[in-house]
Amino acid sequence: MIEVNPMVIFFAAIFTNNMIFSNFLGMCSYIAVSKEIPTALGLGTAVTFVLACTTIINYLVYYYILVPLGLEYLRFIVFILSIAAFVQLLEMIVERYLPNLYYALGIFLPLITVNCAILGVSLFMIIRKYDFLQSIGFSIGSGIGWTLAIVALAGIRQKLKRASIPKGLEGAGISLIITGLMALAFIGFSGIVQIQ
Amino acid sequence: MNQIIITTVSISAISAIFAFLLTIAERTIGNYGEVNITINDDKKLTVNGGSSLLSTLIEEKIFIPSACGGKGTCGYCKVKVLEGGGPILPTEIPFMTEEEIKKGIRLSCQCKVKQDIKIEIPEELFNVKEYTAVVEEMEDVTSVIKRVKLRLAEGEEINFKPGQYIQFKAPKYEGNDEEVYRAYSIASSPLDKNHIELFIGYVPNGICTTYVHKYLKVGDKVQLNGPYGDFYFQEDSQREIVMVAAGTGIAPILSILRYMKEKDIKRKATFFFGARTPADLMLTDFFKELEETMYDFKYVPTLSRVTEEHNWQGERGRVNVAIEKYLENGDNKEAYLCGNKAMIETMVTALTAKGIPEELIYFDKFD
Repeated sequence: MIEVNPMVIFFAAIFTNNMIFSNFLGMCSYIAVSKEIPTALGLGTAVTFVLACTTIINYLVYYYILVPLGLEYLRFIVFILSIAAFVQLLEMIVERYLPNLYYALGIFLPLITVNCAILGVSLFMIIRKYDFLQSIGFSIGSGIGWTLAIVALAGIRQKLKRASIPKGLEGAGISLIITGLMALAFIGFSGIVQIQ
Repeated sequence: MNQIIITTVSISAISAIFAFLLTIAERTIGNYGEVNITINDDKKLTVNGGSSLLSTLIEEKIFIPSACGGKGTCGYCKVKVLEGGGPILPTEIPFMTEEEIKKGIRLSCQCKVKQDIKIEIPEELFNVKEYTAVVEEMEDVTSVIKRVKLRLAEGEEINFKPGQYIQFKAPKYEGNDEEVYRAYSIASSPLDKNHIELFIGYVPNGICTTYVHKYLKVGDKVQLNGPYGDFYFQEDSQREIVMVAAGTGIAPILSILRYMKEKDIKRKATFFFGARTPADLMLTDFFKELEETMYDFKYVPTLSRVTEEHNWQGERGRVNVAIEKYLENGDNKEAYLCGNKAMIETMVTALTAKGIPEELIYFDKFD
């Protein structure tokens, strides 16, 4: 891996390598929870936080446990385990100590366990051989990018309530079309930075 | 070989660490200690916090009606929370009207007990208990309705008002992997405290009805809890009684009639039973006998789809036609209706038109 500044990776993850628009990861909660801006923002915040934490955990587990033991091929099962365990722990902590945040985010936390963007970021981190700081930049950037995408979609869907949409396209159908259009628009950013 | 051992051990170790951490978290962070539940400003319970209100109350032997078993899908387990329930959750809102939200009504399966909490529940629910029973008799009363008579365990008694219902548990069976509770009205007399009789209609693909019609047999053990419901016989009233039922709606009416007969209640009663063909009628001989033995009882079966072949002498058409013919003034009457939603709505209109005050028309809507 050539040396890339973590900040470059951070911005690339938001704009040019957006989890939703260039990888189409984390689609199920993206479609399901994008009806209103406040809830979309809530879920996006939760995803960003969980992404940052689990990427750090997975980085440490991978490079300090799996690599020395020569067990790199076990990364899928280990990453899934650590994400699930972390989300559950987080849910308990938030429920106990931050009740207001829990009432706002509580029901989204279980959704995050199965959000493939989370696992995707951990796996990309390995494939692209990021170092620790780059991984942090990448994970936070991906989280913010995902939030940006879901909030943008929620904003458009709120307006769509007043539009007349062909019956067969209501709900998920029109959302996917809009996502496709937004993805095309995001290609416009691709000149800024490129990472692989 | 070596690698297999390393793999297994390391995966197990990693899982064990996570399991260990989560267990510690559950014991410390997830442990809310002892909290107090105050019910109706009167009864105080000290319980372990952390679980849902529904399961906490069940542990304390207070049964809130719930059909889905706490998954937040049936919307039956509503309870008024006065203090300490936290804000209403997005999972509850679809089941609530705006008025209910304002009053502090919550789904008890979603509301967690994390601090001292004050709730209000109807007094009758204290009477609700869980029972084990044995199937004593089973009989097909029509091609789709089974009469099931249950005997409660030795020494067990159930106290209910005629017209109330119980929740019957359908266990897991081949093709069904979840336990569900379904509500059925009690048809037996409340004076027979050791038995419960139910009328269970077959619904294609219904979890509980399939269980009863295809799997249940005499001698089987079943579980139920109850009684529930605010549809019951008004004993203090002196009014004449009009009863209307269709299909399995016959059950609560039967309970009321049996009770009236056994107690020798001297009030005039008319029972309109709506069905399609003579094959849908149930217990005709029993009702004929009641006409002889009760104080002043009339049974009016009304068939809507009779043809010449049936050779039917009784009333034809929908029940509201028969009501038109048999009822004169409704001022001195009260009514008990039991059946599907459409039937109840038509009947309420027909009966209010006859002058029965709307608040004296009691009904139990079946889905």
